[in-house]
Amino acid sequence: MIAYARDVAALARKDLLLELRAKETVPAMLLFVVATLTVFHFALPQGTGRDASLGALWIALVLTALLGLTRAFVPEREQALLDALVLSPCDRSAIWAAKSLSVLAFLALAEAVALPAFGAFFSGVDGTTVAAVVLADVGICAVGTLTGAMAVAGRARELIQPLLFLPLAIPIVVGGVGASVVGGGKYLAFLALYDAVFVLLSWASFEYVIAETSYPPTPDRPAAARVYD
Amino acid sequence: MLAARDLSKRFGEKRVFAHVDLDLAAGRLLLVTGPNGSGKTTLLRVLAGITAPSGGELRLPARSLVGYVGHEPLVYRELTPLENLTLFGKLYRVRERAERIGMLLERFGLWDVRHERVATFSRGMQQRLAICRALLHEPDLYVLDEPYNALDAAGAELLDRTLDELAPHALVVATHDPGRVERLATDRLELV
Repeated sequence: MIAYARDVAALARKDLLLELRAKETVPAMLLFVVATLTVFHFALPQGTGRDASLGALWIALVLTALLGLTRAFVPEREQALLDALVLSPCDRSAIWAAKSLSVLAFLALAEAVALPAFGAFFSGVDGTTVAAVVLADVGICAVGTLTGAMAVAGRARELIQPLLFLPLAIPIVVGGVGASVVGGGKYLAFLALYDAVFVLLSWASFEYVIAETSYPPTPDRPAAARVYD
Repeated sequence: MLAARDLSKRFGEKRVFAHVDLDLAAGRLLLVTGPNGSGKTTLLRVLAGITAPSGGELRLPARSLVGYVGHEPLVYRELTPLENLTLFGKLYRVRERAERIGMLLERFGLWDVRHERVATFSRGMQQRLAICRALLHEPDLYVLDEPYNALDAAGAELLDRTLDELAPHALVVATHDPGRVERLATDRLELV
């Protein structure tokens, strides 16, 4: 368990370092979310009401997350680095966990700007909405990192990622908007349940998404021949 | 160490290679040759455990025992050589990591540029770093796809000496310049 945590920490540190050097993803997410909220500010008619503006906030957050998720595996894709990571003896789910954590950090930064901007354009957000955003972030990053890994193997990866991710994000939007508009613990519990289910599913299935082979990471026993047909 | 029976690989309808049989024990070097498009890279990816074959029987060692050099350097361009090797050293649980990394960087002439981003390196320097990455965890099986690619004369001689030292291990080397490793080859496979 400690070794697993160390692997996740090393891989997440690498992702944060790459972003610190390249400065590609977070600035784009910040600009995008502010621009989107500005567009909604002018697009929604005067007197539309708080409910519609909260819906617009959730659309902006999900699309901003999608922007970050689409770039999540770019360093690995451009230099075929998934081969090196897949060959390393670390548990392959550690790659997913680290990537999810780094995207979560980028998304949290974008939201630290987005929520005050929303307050300036529309109205302030309450504690329930903030709690919903935090819970939604976990689900978005868990599922989005898995779909990002699926998309990276394909040719039209920029098209595939939204097609895979957005249908899976519908429950997050339902839970998020419900928590923001209706309030109460029911929608927050729904988001927490989504997180629990999809974190577990993504963690367990990542190896089969990212790797064609499943040779043991360390030589616990003599290698056995495998038959392919 | 490595054994294959009737190994084949297809991409859809296209057959890349078929009926490959081989046994490779420690102390042996398999030289893989063949023209462009004959399937050398795909075969080496299968033998490294990256790609699954389409048919046949294959015995590979655990992932921690394989060192792989591919067509791409497989290092992060925005990180420095030191950061790249530290990352992979942690993932491979390399003991006395700092000493091992320092020794490799020194040996392959990258010590003075250890804090510079790989993106600023020539392709030859990136290849040197790729070789360092493959050697880092002292694996038992080395799978080297065109390891002389982009190396200058000094780098190629350095790799010659390194291959001499790796002779007690099992090696699979694919190259367009077989003369370079002919003296070490104990087994040969020509793909057509």
